[in-house]
Amino acid sequence: MSGGVDSAVAAARAVDAGHEVVGVHLALSRNPGTLRTGARGCCTVEDSMDAQRAANMLGIPYYVWDFSERFKTDVVDDFIAEYEAGRTPNPCMRCNEKIKFSALMEKAIALGFDAVCTGHYAKVLTDENGNLELHRASAWAKDQSYVLGVLTADQIAHSMFPLGDTPSKAEIRLEAEARGLTVAQKPDSHDICFIPDGDTKGWLDDRLGVSPGDIVDVDGKRLGGHEGTHSFTIGQRKGVGIGVPTPDGRPRFVLEVRPKTNTLVVGPKEALDLRELAGTSFTWAGIAPANPTEAFACHMQVRAHADPVPAMAQLIGDELVLTPDSPLNMVSPGQTAVIYIDTRVLGQVTIARTVSAVERVLAT
Amino acid sequence: MSVYLDHAASTPLRLSARSAMVDALDASGNPSSVHRHGQSARRIVEDARETLAASLGCDPIEVILTSGGTESVNLAITGLFRSRRDAEGTRTRIVLPEGEHHATLDTVLWLEKHEGAILDWIPLDSVGRVRLDLLAAALADPRDIALVTMMWANNEVGTIAPVTEVTQLAVNAGVPLHVDAIAAYGHEVIDFHAMRVATGSEPVAKKSFDNEADAIAAARKATSGLVALSLSGHKIGAVAGVGAAVVSRKVSLSPLIHGGGQQRGLRSGTQDAPAAASFAAAALESDRARESERARLTVLRDATMERILNVIPEASVQGDRVNRLDNNINVTFPGCQSDSLLYLLDEQGISVSTGSACQAGVTQASHVLLAMGNDMATASSALRITLGHTTTQEDLDTLLDALPLAHSRAHAAGLTA
Repeated sequence: MSGGVDSAVAAARAVDAGHEVVGVHLALSRNPGTLRTGARGCCTVEDSMDAQRAANMLGIPYYVWDFSERFKTDVVDDFIAEYEAGRTPNPCMRCNEKIKFSALMEKAIALGFDAVCTGHYAKVLTDENGNLELHRASAWAKDQSYVLGVLTADQIAHSMFPLGDTPSKAEIRLEAEARGLTVAQKPDSHDICFIPDGDTKGWLDDRLGVSPGDIVDVDGKRLGGHEGTHSFTIGQRKGVGIGVPTPDGRPRFVLEVRPKTNTLVVGPKEALDLRELAGTSFTWAGIAPANPTEAFACHMQVRAHADPVPAMAQLIGDELVLTPDSPLNMVSPGQTAVIYIDTRVLGQVTIARTVSAVERVLAT
Repeated sequence: MSVYLDHAASTPLRLSARSAMVDALDASGNPSSVHRHGQSARRIVEDARETLAASLGCDPIEVILTSGGTESVNLAITGLFRSRRDAEGTRTRIVLPEGEHHATLDTVLWLEKHEGAILDWIPLDSVGRVRLDLLAAALADPRDIALVTMMWANNEVGTIAPVTEVTQLAVNAGVPLHVDAIAAYGHEVIDFHAMRVATGSEPVAKKSFDNEADAIAAARKATSGLVALSLSGHKIGAVAGVGAAVVSRKVSLSPLIHGGGQQRGLRSGTQDAPAAASFAAAALESDRARESERARLTVLRDATMERILNVIPEASVQGDRVNRLDNNINVTFPGCQSDSLLYLLDEQGISVSTGSACQAGVTQASHVLLAMGNDMATASSALRITLGHTTTQEDLDTLLDALPLAHSRAHAAGLTA
């Protein structure tokens, strides 16, 4: 229970369904703020008090468990390390993978609980053979199955998502209101929970420092300078400060982040097009496909709110290789591709290797 | 079945305290008003003050009623610090042991940050007693000392401090001492004047002085040693929201709360007659029962500690085994996190405590156990079990029945964070 309306309503529904529910707030920050200052960030003291009030109103016990050490190493430090390596991390997925459905779930099961229930918008369904499947939520706009793409069969077996079938957020708020939950109108938190003011660049600057380097074009020609590769991600257009416009006047995009040489490679949008994405770090969210070494049709989604695109997937050696039907752009190594078959989350792969759709060799 | 074993946090309201409070609720006058309504309300407050004074071995005028233990500690420490610093600007050092309650810690840290206090921390030994040798060394040159502050007994591990020895050191050094008696009141005998006489702050009998030098020397003695105590009402079975600071008539203290000048100007504000009445009634009942309760609880305490160690041999009792509060058990369980143990027992209807919880409710490693030389894991594995006036053998049997399974589950959950 984060202190938000989703987890409060999820807890309420679990109580109504007859489960023995205990509300747990995760203390993830070593230095939580006292009051919420806006919609960004999470888990101030005020948030924990909101969660406690919701638990009180539902008549369930409430505890705060400290996972701040694990969170720091598994999520925050990983976030910094990924940027330092020129990749784009997804801390929410790491948190689900390492904390919420891992460390927390292990502790809960050891203490005698059967499941971790959250306010995520997703569904767990059963196939005709009784196997559990993770599916998108009914409300497309709110679907959070992407960030749950990291869950394994065992984790899904111990998860509950009561909000998956609600058509809209507005309905959740109405339900919270009707139940007398004071968090009914609390704004949703967004962005990264441990960067409450939303200034990711500033936060990274504080930790990685300023290290000026070159911005070059695809031929290696120097176009300008930057203050640190960690401020940039592939496909980025903003903040690429070059005084000299392109010959054809079209905007430049970050094509590559090269931390070893502290260089950014920029170029036209078409140069971002990728025809293949692959990685060796992947999981199946439930039963694995019968013959993954044979290419199969699926949809892939590379961001929490990106549209899924049709693709072919195939396990080649130790790599799960994804070939979108049309080239994809704005994808960076380190990002997660979640694979869907209709509404079912089949699994996910951390993108480690990409192949450009553009026939040219980039100077190294 | 619901078992309450966290009496150090708060103890059930005594029936006599409840009825004293209820009876007083109908007196509607302001105790400071001149008219008869005021006077009858005032009577309730002053009756309570007299009862508390007799209980604590001080004069009624030395009892300052406050909103609770925390306010009393703040008033005593900040009040003494400011008045000592105002009298002599160089007196800014506060000498105190590690492992004090947060009411003390946060107050002195604030004074360090905002008012130039210099904090001189005295280590504890492995059972939580202040190191007297190091304290004596800290007092060797007392010219810059504002005050010494210390707990009579530690609220977490129950160790009883060497109060007389510390008081004597303070008298000898000519510095004032505040003792936080919140955890000790109701369990240990607290006699303010007796301590002052025994350690030389006060002469055995009142006397007048032949010369000014003698008078000045006596005045200095009177303001050194034990000059203030802090007490809390709900810890002895009164209602929460009332406490007292005992402040010697001989010492000057800066008030925290300004206003109508009630209570020697040390604590302005309309006095809470019903709460005062509940405090006095609780003190009376607690004092009358103290000897028999001490005998009863000591037996229960020791038997329970033995049983816990028999069932879980790798557990360790923390704090002084002998010189400890009659109602306090504190045990650490290797490989377990205290929040897991607390949850598992709570789930069985058994309420116990851990080190402390922060404002957000996160169970934290005990700073007291850390100050006693334990490592982080040990300091995060403690359960504090405290007995009180409602505790029965059955309560402890229920605890011991539930403990083995709770322990093995907590051990399985391990040190996840």
